[in-house]
Amino acid sequence: MSDDRPLSEADKALATQTAEELRAAALAAAESLPVDVHPPTLFDVQEMELNFGPQHPSTHGVLRLVIRVDGERILHTLPDVGYLHRGTEKLFETETYPMGIPHTDRLDYVAAATNNHAYCLTIEKLLAVEIPRRAQLIRVILDELQRLSSHLVWLGTSGIDLGAVTPFWYAFREREQILDFFEEYCGARLTLNCMRIGGLPFDITAGWVERLMEFVDDLPSRIDDYEQLLTDNRIWKKRTVGIGVISGEECIEWGVTGPVLRASGVEWDLRRAQPYECYDELDFAIPTRVNGDTYDRYIVRVQEMRQSVRILRQCLERLPLPPGEFRGKVPRVIKPVAEEVYASIESPKGELGFYCVSNGTNRPYRMHVRPPSFINLQALPRLAKGHLVSDLVALIGTIDIVLGEVDR
Amino acid sequence: MAEETPPPVPPPSDAPAEPAPAAPAAAPAAAPKAAPPKKVEATDASAHPWVESLRSGVAGSVISAKEFARQVTVVVPREQVAAVARHLKDVEDFRYCVDVTAVDWRDREPRFDVVYHFYSFSKNDRIRVKCGVGDGEEVPSIAEVFLAANWPERETWDMFGIPFAGHPDLRRILTWEGFHGYPLRKDFPVEGIDTGAAVYPEEWPEGGGPAPDDPNRKTVS
Repeated sequence: MSDDRPLSEADKALATQTAEELRAAALAAAESLPVDVHPPTLFDVQEMELNFGPQHPSTHGVLRLVIRVDGERILHTLPDVGYLHRGTEKLFETETYPMGIPHTDRLDYVAAATNNHAYCLTIEKLLAVEIPRRAQLIRVILDELQRLSSHLVWLGTSGIDLGAVTPFWYAFREREQILDFFEEYCGARLTLNCMRIGGLPFDITAGWVERLMEFVDDLPSRIDDYEQLLTDNRIWKKRTVGIGVISGEECIEWGVTGPVLRASGVEWDLRRAQPYECYDELDFAIPTRVNGDTYDRYIVRVQEMRQSVRILRQCLERLPLPPGEFRGKVPRVIKPVAEEVYASIESPKGELGFYCVSNGTNRPYRMHVRPPSFINLQALPRLAKGHLVSDLVALIGTIDIVLGEVDR
Repeated sequence: MAEETPPPVPPPSDAPAEPAPAAPAAAPAAAPKAAPPKKVEATDASAHPWVESLRSGVAGSVISAKEFARQVTVVVPREQVAAVARHLKDVEDFRYCVDVTAVDWRDREPRFDVVYHFYSFSKNDRIRVKCGVGDGEEVPSIAEVFLAANWPERETWDMFGIPFAGHPDLRRILTWEGFHGYPLRKDFPVEGIDTGAAVYPEEWPEGGGPAPDDPNRKTVS
C-alpha cells in the first residue's frame, strides 16, 4: 500500500482548485498516475445534468427534461418534447372535414369535448353556418363537464405529485361520474367524438338532464371537500406558495393562457373576451389571483370548477325540454370556400385554436392546432429557474400539460 | 371519400310552422333567421386602420390585405416580418403572439406561407400576418420580439424546413435529432419514410408504415 507516500503535485493541487479545475486535474492525474488518484466522481463536480423523464410518473406523460442542477437547485431546464408525435396535422389533410373530429379527441385526451368543439367551431366559421340554440346549450354543458373533469384530473394528479394521495380518490370519484354522463350521452368516456360540424350527433334525454342536475347540485359540497383537504393544508402550502411565480406581463410575453394567466392577475378568458356559443348570455365570474404562484393557480382552478357548476346549472335550466333541432343546416359534403380561418375556445388548459386553410375541396388543405399545453410548456424553464428539483414536479403539475396535445 | 356532387340546396322547408293569424305581415319575413348569404367571400381590407398603420409605420410592408369572417389578413414581404411584428407589438398593441405556422403550396412560387397570429388585449381582436417564402429561403425570426414565438418557430422549422434567421435555438422539436425530411410538406408521404430505425425489418419493412401489399396502406398525393 502507499499510504505514506508523499503528496504528488497533482494531489496538492487537488486541495486548492475549484470544481472545474479539479475535474480537469483529476482527469489528467488519473491518466498520468498509475495508482491512487480516484477518477472524477459525482462529488467532485458542482453542476451536473440530470435527465428527468421521459418515463417518470410526475411528468404526466412522456416529457423529458434535461436539467442542469447545482446541488438541488435548478440552473437550467431544457424540455424535450415530441415523444408522442403522431402527425395529427398531417392526418387532418388526408381525410374529409367530419373525419377529422375523432383525431381531435387524441390531442388533449383528458378534455376531448373541448377539442371537438374548437375543431367544429373553426369549420363552422369557414362555412358560416348557424347552430341551433339547443345545440349551443348542450355544447356548453359538455364543455363545462369536460372542464370539470379535466380540472379534477389535474387536482388529483398534481396532489399525488406532491405527496397528497387522498384528494386523488375524491377527485377521481367525481370524475368517474362525469365520465358516466359522457358515456350515457355518446357512448364513449374519453375519446368522445361528441360534436359534429353544425351541431351535435345526438340529442340528450330528459333523464340525463335530471341526473346531471342532481350531480351539479351535489358538486359544490364535493369541491368543499377537496378544498378542506388542500387549501389550508400546511404541507400543501409549503410546497406551492411562492413556487414558480410569474407575472401577468411575462405570461403574455410567453403566450401563456388559461388558469396560469389568470392566476397572475390577468382577467382574460375567451368565454368572456370573445364569446362563442351562448356564453355571452350566461352569468359567471372569471376567477383571478394576483401572486401568480403555484398555490394561486390551484385556487384559480378550484374556483373555475365552482363557476363551471354555475354555468352548468344555468344551461340546464335554459334547456328547452321538448327535444328540438340539434344540428344546423350543413351540406352532406362539406366543401368550404377556399379561404382560411382561425377559431379558438377556452379549453381547460388555455386558448385552444385551430387554423384551417381550405382549397375548396372536401378535405382541409392545412389544419393547424394551436395547443395551449405546448405554448404554456415553453415557460417551464422560466418558472423552474432557481427552484429545487422537487419543485419542478409541482411546476409540471401546475402548468397542467397533456402530452398528447403538446406533441400532437 | 368519393366526391359526390353537392346536393342542391333544398328550399327552406321549415317555413314558420306556427300559423300567424295574429301576427302582422312583417312576421313571415323575419321568422326564418336572417341567414347570411351562402357564399361568404373575402373582402379587401387595405383601408383597415391596422393596415394603414402598418403601411405608414413600416415602409413597403403591406403587399395585400383581406378580411374574411371578420379576420384581417395582411401579406407582407418576408424581409419585413420582424419589423412588422415589432410595429404591431409596440404601436398597435398586439402584445400576444398566438401562433406561428406555415402552409405548403407545393406548386406555387414562393412555395410556403409563414402565418403569424397576433392578439391585442386592448382591441380584443386578432390579426393574421402572412409572408411568402421560397424553398430554402430564410425568414427573420420574431422570437426576439415575442418570446412566445420560440417554440412555434422551431415547430415550423421541424415540420416544413423553413429556417428562421436569428432564432436563438433553432432545433427540431417534435421529431428527433437526425430525422431527415419535413413531415408537413405536401411531398412527404403520409405512410412515412425510412428513418433507418427499423429493429425488426422482417416485420416492419423499410420505408416505415404498412408494407406495400398491406391493404391498410394509404397513399395520398
